[in-house]
Amino acid sequence: MKNLVEVKNIHKSYLKVGMNFSGTRIQVLNGVTFDIEEGLCVGLIGESGSGKSALSRLILGLDKPDKGQGTIHIQGQPVRQWIKKNPGKISVVFQDFASSVNPMYTIREAISEPLRASGQRGNIDAKIDELLQKVGLFLDAKDRYIHELSGGQIQRICIARAISTNPKFLVLDEAISSLDVSVQTQILDLLQQLQVEMKMTYLFIAHDLQAVSHLCNKILFLYKGEIVEELHSGQLANVQNHYAKKLLGSVIPFEI
Amino acid sequence: MVGFWKRFKADKIALIVSGFLGIVVISALLAPFISPYDPTVLDIGNKFAEPSTAHWFGTDQLGRDTFSRILWGGRVTVLLSIVTMMCTIGIGIILGFTAGYFRGWIDEIVMRICDIMLSFPSEVLILTMVGILGTGIVNIVIATVIAKWPWYVRMIRSIVIQFMEKNYIRFAKVSGCSIGHIVRKHVLPGAIGEIGVLATLDTGSIILNISALSFLGLGVQAPTAEWGMMLNEAKSIMITNPQNMLPPGIAIFLVVAAFNFLGDSIQEALNPQLDKSYKIKRQSIFKRKKEMA
Ligand SMILES: Nc1ncnc2c1ncn2[C@@H]1O[C@H](COP(=O)(O)OP(=O)(O)OP(=O)(O)O)[C@@H](O)[C@H]1O
Ligand SMILES: [Mg+2]
Repeated sequence: MKNLVEVKNIHKSYLKVGMNFSGTRIQVLNGVTFDIEEGLCVGLIGESGSGKSALSRLILGLDKPDKGQGTIHIQGQPVRQWIKKNPGKISVVFQDFASSVNPMYTIREAISEPLRASGQRGNIDAKIDELLQKVGLFLDAKDRYIHELSGGQIQRICIARAISTNPKFLVLDEAISSLDVSVQTQILDLLQQLQVEMKMTYLFIAHDLQAVSHLCNKILFLYKGEIVEELHSGQLANVQNHYAKKLLGSVIPFEI
Repeated sequence: MVGFWKRFKADKIALIVSGFLGIVVISALLAPFISPYDPTVLDIGNKFAEPSTAHWFGTDQLGRDTFSRILWGGRVTVLLSIVTMMCTIGIGIILGFTAGYFRGWIDEIVMRICDIMLSFPSEVLILTMVGILGTGIVNIVIATVIAKWPWYVRMIRSIVIQFMEKNYIRFAKVSGCSIGHIVRKHVLPGAIGEIGVLATLDTGSIILNISALSFLGLGVQAPTAEWGMMLNEAKSIMITNPQNMLPPGIAIFLVVAAFNFLGDSIQEALNPQLDKSYKIKRQSIFKRKKEMA
């Protein structure tokens, strides 16, 4: 299988905002290396504050690794370059749906933004209808504002917006964590179905194992800024790392 | 921006206040044509006249028509404050957006220059500038702009940074939207309310600033009318004729308050999310006050 994304030896530190001006940095990522094969769903789990979102921002080209500390390539090209050449081919769904859509946007504006940015013209309204249907939303009023919708509905809008440009690669940064449990399963099923239908590659970030093991072919464990374990979903029993073991152990009824 | 005007028009306070400010600005512009008297002509025999049909607001200690002086004074006070504000806000927006959007070394340079400028107390800086440039109202405006812009750059930069952290801007960047699109559709509409509030609040302090400098003899020269100067002239005869303080005092108060209300209304109209019940509550308080009066 071909690698779509190659992350090599990434280091990332942030300036710690403190009382003194000494400028101490906290090291968040400490040599992270992994590949994402085309067409797979790769899960990334780690506890809160382990740097999952920081890593996703680097992969999305929103942030840069520390100077000279590691590279991220998509199809052999540096991320930012690849994104510029392939607008709309990478996309993202965030955890916090409340700040994921501009509150001044209507549903129509929110979904048409990436479509227009990637150069689509013509009948955008028909495309929006098709997308809304795809994510299981049957809204007659596309001119409604985001705050008039429920959390699950907004997250479906975010997914519709993310898949509108037929991305190759979709980053889901805790895309279901802030939804309630029944909605979580619905969205998870939707994501699974969309992945097959549209042949997308997923990076699925979460802090609990259940959703990840349900959806992903490969699971990466991020701990203290490093990938401590990399498992395929069939071999979860062979886990070696202490931290990964603990995480697995906390999910009691575990059979795959 | 969908529905901005619809919501703005539905807000009664916004309409009243913008109507009032519109009248103030237009009458300031038209003062030479509509003012009933020459604001500088003395009539010592008719000093401290009570308000009447001939002199709507009465006359001052030198017998000058107060209403005419208020009209002409608004020309200096209100119009120059607005000009000063637009200059500082303009510089603030350009540099603040550049620093907050791009961060990195551009941000560092702009911020260090601001730090240096802000390390002088602004009053001292203004007085020094006027000392260098010479007295005169135009020099006061220039000095005020030079003293105030770093403060605006800082404020606007921090507003912009707060927006750049939003996930919807991250999404727009990832999906390849241009800088122009992101600024126009996301940052500017979001930030404009806060910038508007900043601007309206500070228009008041600029009005006071210009007036204070005029009082010190650094700006407006003696016979020319200016609200702050009228207030200070009235102050010297406060014990015997306190009523002279009212017209310029009320004028300053009303205009500053109107600017503040306008800022509030703009912010509300920009944000469809703002609770409608709050607005209804505010209007009912307003109504109750009217009933009590
Ligand atoms: N812009 C930033 N400036 C300073 N520190 C940051 C910044 N972004 C992240 N950090 C720090 O990096 C660490 C990792 O943060 P990150 O948001 O990536 O965690 P996470 O794994 O996504 O956690 P969660 O599961 O809670 O979302 C945290 O300690 C955080 O304080
Ligand atoms: Mg996170």
